[in-house]
Amino acid sequence: MQRIYLFILLVVLLISCNNNSAHVHSGSSEATLSGAGATFPYPFYNIVFRDYMRLNGKVTVNYGAIGSGGGIRSLRDRSVDFGASDAFLNNKEIASMSGEVIHIPTCMGAVVMAYTLEGVDSLRLTGPLIADIYLGKIRKWNDSRLKAVNPGVSFPDLDITPVYRSDGSGTTYNFSEYLSIVSPEWNTIMGKGKALKWEAGIAAKGNPGVAGIVQQTEGAIGYIGSEYALTLKLPVAKLKNRVGNYVDATLETISAAANVELPDDIRATITDSDDPGAYPISLFTWILVYKDQQYGNRTKKEAEALVSLLDYIISDEGQKVAVQINYAPLSIQAVEKTRKLMEEIHYGEEVINVPM
Amino acid sequence: MKDKIFRILLFAAALAILFLSAGIIYALVNRSLEVFGEYGIWGFVANAEWDPRPVTEEYGAFSFIMGTFYTAFFSLLLCIPFALSVALLNGEYFRGSKLSSFVRSIVDLLAGIPSIVYGLWGFYTVRPIIIEMGINAQGFGIFLSSVVLAIMIIPYASSLSTEFLSMVPNKLKEGAYSLGATRLEVVRHINLPTAASGILASFILALGRALGETMAVTMLIGNTNKIPQGLRDTGNTMASVIANQFGEADGLKLSALIAIGLLLFIITALINLVAKMVMKKLARV
Repeated sequence: MQRIYLFILLVVLLISCNNNSAHVHSGSSEATLSGAGATFPYPFYNIVFRDYMRLNGKVTVNYGAIGSGGGIRSLRDRSVDFGASDAFLNNKEIASMSGEVIHIPTCMGAVVMAYTLEGVDSLRLTGPLIADIYLGKIRKWNDSRLKAVNPGVSFPDLDITPVYRSDGSGTTYNFSEYLSIVSPEWNTIMGKGKALKWEAGIAAKGNPGVAGIVQQTEGAIGYIGSEYALTLKLPVAKLKNRVGNYVDATLETISAAANVELPDDIRATITDSDDPGAYPISLFTWILVYKDQQYGNRTKKEAEALVSLLDYIISDEGQKVAVQINYAPLSIQAVEKTRKLMEEIHYGEEVINVPM
Repeated sequence: MKDKIFRILLFAAALAILFLSAGIIYALVNRSLEVFGEYGIWGFVANAEWDPRPVTEEYGAFSFIMGTFYTAFFSLLLCIPFALSVALLNGEYFRGSKLSSFVRSIVDLLAGIPSIVYGLWGFYTVRPIIIEMGINAQGFGIFLSSVVLAIMIIPYASSLSTEFLSMVPNKLKEGAYSLGATRLEVVRHINLPTAASGILASFILALGRALGETMAVTMLIGNTNKIPQGLRDTGNTMASVIANQFGEADGLKLSALIAIGLLLFIITALINLVAKMVMKKLARV
């Protein structure tokens, strides 16, 4: 019995020690920023926030990867300092927020088509072909329509196994959004959404689940987030972009998708981009903040810390981190526009000077 | 004094369990009310449509109920010959021998392997065999998950059956032998009929286990939201659809998933009840 008491005492002591150290830590920081939202950029934010905190010991940044929808809700409730989302808010959503919101793009990504097919090292696909595969209209690899865009490739007489996400996902949203743009048939039958009612194929949970099945199944094809597929170095298909070029998904071609005329608020869809070198299923991921930072009981210090954090993310150093873990960097034009946009962030009547 | 404290502690623990189960049921019912209110209980249970798109949103549990029954019953069918032979080996032919205790510990080991390990084994080892057999092109589906499930439930079916087989009175068997019956005849006409309801009960319990298995099935069944067209097809079970879609779900979809959880709870409870009743009947005999 005594031993148990001793053990409990030990546990209690340990816990209280932990608490103490945590208090000391937060006591020394001048500002704590919290954000919530998209899971897609989470690995990037994880590293870039950590780097920022190392550079700037007075600021603590917390991020909860609860999904884009949750991030937007949290920002609306003003329970976080910034929200993160893979899709920009439409005008209706903007109107529903509790103040004017601006969108800061932080990095870029893409949806790639990974496949496993023995003897086929290079595969070309077009949007309508992908749509037909997932609609169950192209069922065999040696289909004449696949042969037509892949001259010189000898396809086996093998069933195509399309693989999709069984869980709701922003990747599914971006994938289906692209197909809705390029294929009217897809638009009427499937539409776009984070989860769909599928016509053909099998499903798995998360990027790892889809990648696992694709890698292990001869004749499988699946859509996967580029950051995941590029890290695993999966074989992926070249896609035909709007101009008509077949483009491999690389960090350069993904970034190139943003080489279009961007609006001043940067709320632009870069899916099916006009740029000749662009990968067609590319996307921005965003951090959303209120333009007027004076709300609730926020201090000016916190507002300054937030702007300096955003500044760090789009800086060369921040973008370098993105590249290291296979997120595509923002194009120069996007960074310039974002800088201009960030000047509009203010604290009540006061201008925010970035302390960095 | 100590005795009293002990009794109070026991009573409190039992009561806590009771409250917990009541709480689980309450939470499940409460959260499923939204979807039952939308479609009606029968409209939800009998509808095979599962469409999560916001514009055409519609949820029904029928395809998952069918997927669950397909996998559970097919795996039960597959496990019967193995579980029964293991039970006969341990409970009759080699009762008490070294071989029996060895087989017993191996079978018990099967019960202790985590579900995800079975899933991985099914994914990397059994699936290529299924593809080789030409069941379907990618291997996933009802067939693959049932094969793996069958192995998972063998220990549940066999250990209880063993107990019942070894409980068959020696008097009966000796009587049969003295009339000139062979060993096979004794097993067929004495052991099996006498232990029949116990064996039945153990298989029903194994079925209950197969109904609720989640992780391995999720990895192997293909996760397609439609009624499986036969054993070669892919599908989704009630447990696997919850595991797959719970994370991002909210609103009506979340309520639909919780309602599926409630249905699974009820089905499993009924199965266990039936098994208990069969065993009780046996005890009376």
